[in-house]
Amino acid sequence: MSAARPDVTGIEAPVYLHYHFTAGTAPARFLARLREGLLSGQRCPRCGNVYIPARGSCPACGVPTTEEVLLPDRGTVQSFTIVHIPIPGNPIEPPYVVANIVLDGANISFIHLLSDCVNEAVRIGQRVQAVWRPPEEWDYAMDNIRHFRPLDEPDVPVERIGTLPVSGPGVPR
Amino acid sequence: MAITEKLSQEFELGFTYTRSTGPVVGRFLTGLRDSRVLGIRGSDGRVLVPPPEYDPATAAALSDWVEVGQEGTVVSWCWVSEPRASHPLQQPFAWVMVRLDGADVPMIHCLQASSAEAVSTGGRVRVAWVAEPRGHITDIRCFVPVPGGAS
Repeated sequence: MSAARPDVTGIEAPVYLHYHFTAGTAPARFLARLREGLLSGQRCPRCGNVYIPARGSCPACGVPTTEEVLLPDRGTVQSFTIVHIPIPGNPIEPPYVVANIVLDGANISFIHLLSDCVNEAVRIGQRVQAVWRPPEEWDYAMDNIRHFRPLDEPDVPVERIGTLPVSGPGVPR
Repeated sequence: MAITEKLSQEFELGFTYTRSTGPVVGRFLTGLRDSRVLGIRGSDGRVLVPPPEYDPATAAALSDWVEVGQEGTVVSWCWVSEPRASHPLQQPFAWVMVRLDGADVPMIHCLQASSAEAVSTGGRVRVAWVAEPRGHITDIRCFVPVPGGAS
């Protein structure tokens, strides 16, 4: 017996899942547009909702979506979280902000990093814009956008988030 | 816009869990780290390996520890002809249910054997330890047949 060593009180039990992802038609178009620095969504022919990234069908209506809609790189914070706990393998130094962002003209949010901001001042309805990497670094990847940063614009009222036209919120009354 | 390229990529999703073992499993794993196999006696007198925290029949907490042998008998087995990357052995091997000497129930582990013909129910096997046990079930690298063991 090796009495010198302390008793075992814990074990590491990692689970690793290995995926081979192949993009379908709609995600492939989204990624190809992204490599050109464009944000491409799709509009549902029935309910008119615009999805980005599009999956090729409307989850609400269950019908195929084919119409492409190019969206601006400006949007609104729909929700967010301030991450304080380091995640193994993630190089980003906490605390940082992860936000659900709805682009102008879109009806659904995606997750991205919100930076160049005061974390404690981030809020729902805040206006943001993409900060892109230099074009020579663009690939088929969402991190062509380094992060989003706040815009000096009035907040969007909660009930209007996700309903703005492609032109944005416009001049507030 | 025509997409001529097929966009395809490998990626890994990792869940880097750590688990606290509790007093019973922790002591079992501490035993393995010290190259000993520990069981626990249940209310019906049977020695259970690996040890459960609570009695299977009465649900009472168990604490009557018993060290069992490092040789045992194959109760049942299944040959793996094509091991996968996550398997404990990378050459063909057998999953075996082994009832260690002094235990009353079998435990599952892997058996290194030259071929399926070398494995049999009733065969005698023994623990092969890793070089540096650390307190994990894989401290038992595998079981190996006992030379001349009855089968």
